[in-house]
Amino acid sequence: MTAGALAEGRDPGFVGFADLGYEGPAPKRIVTGYGFWIFLLSDMVMFSCFFAAYAVLLGQTAGGPSGAQLFNLQNVAVETGCLLLSSFACGMASIAAESRNHFWFQIAMIVTCVLGLAFLAIEFREFADLVARGAGPSRSAFLSAFFTLVGCHGLHVSGGILWLLTMMAQVFAKGFRADIQRRFLCFALFWHALDIIWVAVFSVVYLLGSAA
Amino acid sequence: MFGKLSWAAIPIDQPIPLVTGAVVLVVILAVLLWVVASGHMPYLWREWITSVDHKRIGVMYTLLAAVMLLRGFSDAIMMRAQQALAFQSPGFLPPEHYNQIFSAHGTIMIFFVAMPFVIGLMNLVVPLQLGVRDVAFPTLNSVGFWLTATGALLVNVSLVVGEFARTGWLPYPPLSELTYSPGVGVDYYLWSLEISGVGTLVAGINLVTTVLKIRTKGMSYMRMPMFCWTTLASNLLIVAAFPILTATLAMLILDRYLGFHFFTNDAGGNVMMFMNLIWAWGHPEVYILVLPAFGIFSEVVSTFSGKPLFGYRSMVLATMAICVISFMVWLHHFFTMGAGPDVNAIFGIASMIIAVPTGVKIYNWLFTMFAGRIRFTTPMMWSIGFMVTFIIGGLTGVLVAVPPADFLLHNSLFLVAHFHNVIIGGVLFGAFAGYTYWFPKAFGFRLHEGLGKAAFWFWLIGFYVAFMPLYAVGFLGMTRRMQHYDVAEWKPWLMIASVGSALILAGIVCQVLQLIVSIRDREALRDLTGDPWDGRSLEWATASPPPVFNFAIPPIVAGEDAYWSMKRHAREEGASKEPDYEPIEMPRNSPTGFVCAFFATVMGFAMIWHIWWMVIAGFIGAFATFVVFAWRDHDEYEVPADEVARLDRANLLARRELLTAAGSLR
Amino acid sequence: MNILDPQGPIAVAEKTILIDSIGIMLAIVLPTIAAIFAFAFWFRQSNPSAFYWPDWEYSGRLELVVWSIPALTVLLLGGVAWIGSHQLDPARPVAGTGQGVTVQVVSLDWKWLFIYPDQRIATLNTLTVPVGAPLHFQLTSASVLNAFFIPQFGSMIYTMNGMVTRLELRADEVGAYQGLSSHFSGDGFPDMLFDVHVVSEPEFASWASGAVRGDRALNTDSYKELLAQSVPKDKLSYRLDDPELFQAIATQKIPPGPGPEETAKIGASHVR
Repeated sequence: MTAGALAEGRDPGFVGFADLGYEGPAPKRIVTGYGFWIFLLSDMVMFSCFFAAYAVLLGQTAGGPSGAQLFNLQNVAVETGCLLLSSFACGMASIAAESRNHFWFQIAMIVTCVLGLAFLAIEFREFADLVARGAGPSRSAFLSAFFTLVGCHGLHVSGGILWLLTMMAQVFAKGFRADIQRRFLCFALFWHALDIIWVAVFSVVYLLGSAA
Repeated sequence: MFGKLSWAAIPIDQPIPLVTGAVVLVVILAVLLWVVASGHMPYLWREWITSVDHKRIGVMYTLLAAVMLLRGFSDAIMMRAQQALAFQSPGFLPPEHYNQIFSAHGTIMIFFVAMPFVIGLMNLVVPLQLGVRDVAFPTLNSVGFWLTATGALLVNVSLVVGEFARTGWLPYPPLSELTYSPGVGVDYYLWSLEISGVGTLVAGINLVTTVLKIRTKGMSYMRMPMFCWTTLASNLLIVAAFPILTATLAMLILDRYLGFHFFTNDAGGNVMMFMNLIWAWGHPEVYILVLPAFGIFSEVVSTFSGKPLFGYRSMVLATMAICVISFMVWLHHFFTMGAGPDVNAIFGIASMIIAVPTGVKIYNWLFTMFAGRIRFTTPMMWSIGFMVTFIIGGLTGVLVAVPPADFLLHNSLFLVAHFHNVIIGGVLFGAFAGYTYWFPKAFGFRLHEGLGKAAFWFWLIGFYVAFMPLYAVGFLGMTRRMQHYDVAEWKPWLMIASVGSALILAGIVCQVLQLIVSIRDREALRDLTGDPWDGRSLEWATASPPPVFNFAIPPIVAGEDAYWSMKRHAREEGASKEPDYEPIEMPRNSPTGFVCAFFATVMGFAMIWHIWWMVIAGFIGAFATFVVFAWRDHDEYEVPADEVARLDRANLLARRELLTAAGSLR
Repeated sequence: MNILDPQGPIAVAEKTILIDSIGIMLAIVLPTIAAIFAFAFWFRQSNPSAFYWPDWEYSGRLELVVWSIPALTVLLLGGVAWIGSHQLDPARPVAGTGQGVTVQVVSLDWKWLFIYPDQRIATLNTLTVPVGAPLHFQLTSASVLNAFFIPQFGSMIYTMNGMVTRLELRADEVGAYQGLSSHFSGDGFPDMLFDVHVVSEPEFASWASGAVRGDRALNTDSYKELLAQSVPKDKLSYRLDDPELFQAIATQKIPPGPGPEETAKIGASHVR
């Protein structure tokens, strides 16, 4: 901070030149990212409640099927692959956005979308299958907790897809404007966070749940 | 077509809600008609409903709180009257009705009075104290307010369409499950709070980001006013705790709507899990409420003692300690559930530990007053009243934190007296102090002092007359939420308590009168300089009300009590040259918040009554609102430099006149 | 129902903790409140003899004192809490004369059922116990959360469906007392008061042997009638046909009680 910037004209408080210790309000991109991180943390707190409920209700099968009897780990592996690859594609989209490359941005986003939809399709089929076998969420507390935790993640992915399509439309219509870049930053954070939550889900729910 | 909704939902056979609902509806329609007919609607829409200005949003939050205080207090008066009368008698409120009233009373007071009140004050004041132009996310701020209003609206709609929950303000299962509460009451509660919970979370994210990332030059953490620290702590708690509420209520919703078994008696549901989850939110919630009140007291006591806050660093440490420890005490809300001696004792001790930083704060306020020059303005009266009252509430709190004592007092009227002691004595007194203290900043004129003091005395005496007997009757074994009783020893205490509620009513009447009289006499009460109290922090460094951009030149800060040192310099060094004005970019207004809340109301109402097509329509509307908002091309507008100059010059002139006239600012 | 008039050792001990804790805290609170009034009065603006230190905002020694006072108080009370929680844990057996009586308590909507498995009797809304004997309570709920509380005997404890909580008490004076539910459980909640009769050992024995010869029986069927939501007018007593009834209730072999819609279908009405 030079003495010039602190010339009287911009220093009505008579502070004078000093080691200020804090440079002033952060730039918009940082503020947006920071705020969105805080939102993601709050969302993780919400998920942790569902994780806690799952842990508490793991054994409450009410005479019905348990995780070991229900979970198809191959499905889970494919789902995980889809989601991890979609995160990679999203990363590619971030790079394209930074280089303002419309074509590769849209391609990467389409790939992300397709992989995300594949994940959802597999999950939906798993749920439908469980319900058909009489292992729906109203069968037991364990199944309620399972459907809620995994379903909540799936709902977040669905919301993410809606957001993804909106971002594609925005970039197509308005280009890589500063505010759209900020929004895309948030979207990318969201999409990667979903991946992190999924890692916790398949570890706690499917792997531990199968062993229980 | 309309799900469970039918004409039978309107309580034709219950005179009290029917008449109340009719009267309120008529009043609302009359006000709306007057606003439209007198041509004020465009102003209202442009300047308030679509405003993203933190000062306007703060005022609206506070107004919501004030209106809901009237509703919540009417519930209280009815409850006190019923209990005074219902000795060996059914009283005038049958159980189905009484049970809704106490549930609504608690729900409204916590979620739609206390929360909006403190959030409103934080919204109004924090950007000003930090020396910046607005919060981090102004449009999101508007969304948060309107979603909170949606929740308040839904709760009030339940009075005339359907019923409210009959479970108490926290819907413990199995009573709140479909089996034992088959009506729509619990659903009104659940959707109202899920929606307003999103609003609160949004406010939390906004204020945390603002305090951590958007402060004026030179304002390092240890130079922030104390109110900003407590805002930070409180909003960190919101971000960490409200998702727990969202998740837990969602689990109950799933149980009720889709036959899940989180908390049902059958199929493995776990009632104790609900208790743990809800109180893991519930305890931080009360600290969310009281920490901003502590911040207000720090500001008020320091200003009206003419001294800096004593032990600032200690206060910061104490605040953050309370923030952290508040997450470690939740089990004290159900010592009697049978967790065993080790668990009970640990949580009891943790609950007492939180009294240490709280005690430190009281002593620091005490020593701020020591060797000060104390002015007994209304805010200072509220502060002194708070200090005495809150200590007593804290004492009874530490008492019930001892598990064997709680085994006798849990759920009794002693407990009810305790939490009202700390919420009224702490949160509400703080909110009233802040309201009176910052009213001139928001509106440009002070509140009438005489009526303010009258209101204070009625509230203070009324509080003691209403709640000290409840401590007594708790010792006599009376438990809470009783619609009638036949223990003769309880009656005299309950009658005294109802007198107390009448005194508090007088206090509220004084407050309403105060507002009317102050508006009528606003020229005489005008705050010309923006610094009516000889303040110490930056909000007093700008006009009352501040221009939309708050500060013409962003202030530069070199220490605590930034404005106090600015005044000192000004007195010592005299008038300076006029500053170099530059144009200022401000965020544009947006109807996003209001429209989004409209669709949220539609969705909430539709969910409650099982009108599925309406839910989908509401959802599409809400999503469309966001897309429309995202499609905006111009999100800011510019205030030209000469407009900035014009607004600032007028204020500087008024201040210099005051300075020269007074010689020194005493 | 005055908790300050305890009639059993648990209540006596808890009252002692109550009074002692209040005393300890008042020792700090009263001087603090006095100081608040004193400082506010002395340092008022209109007092010319009060000194004014406009820049005084820190004192290390004072901070030490200010942190120590609440910390030491909490240390003391924490000790009370730790010891008290262990000595007065609800499930901790209480010494007394004789074997003691086991009472199985079921909270229903909206009444209390007391089952005496050893005496083979059961009573509704009235509890009879021998003086001086240890009382072993096992508690569950037929439906929603409730809390069993006899204020003059001591601790309350929650009752929950599908679970058994335990409470150990003793009554030291012959007489008539009252208990209640201290957790809101619905529309009939205020009527969940119950009578407590503390009688001598021989009187208890003769009452029990009389009740077991009665013609009203408590078995699964008559229990299911009790399950419907109602407030009974009479305090009935039963002979206990099925000694495993409480187990069946607590393990949900007999499913939880119905809510208002089910009750309406069954036809039981609100008896008020």
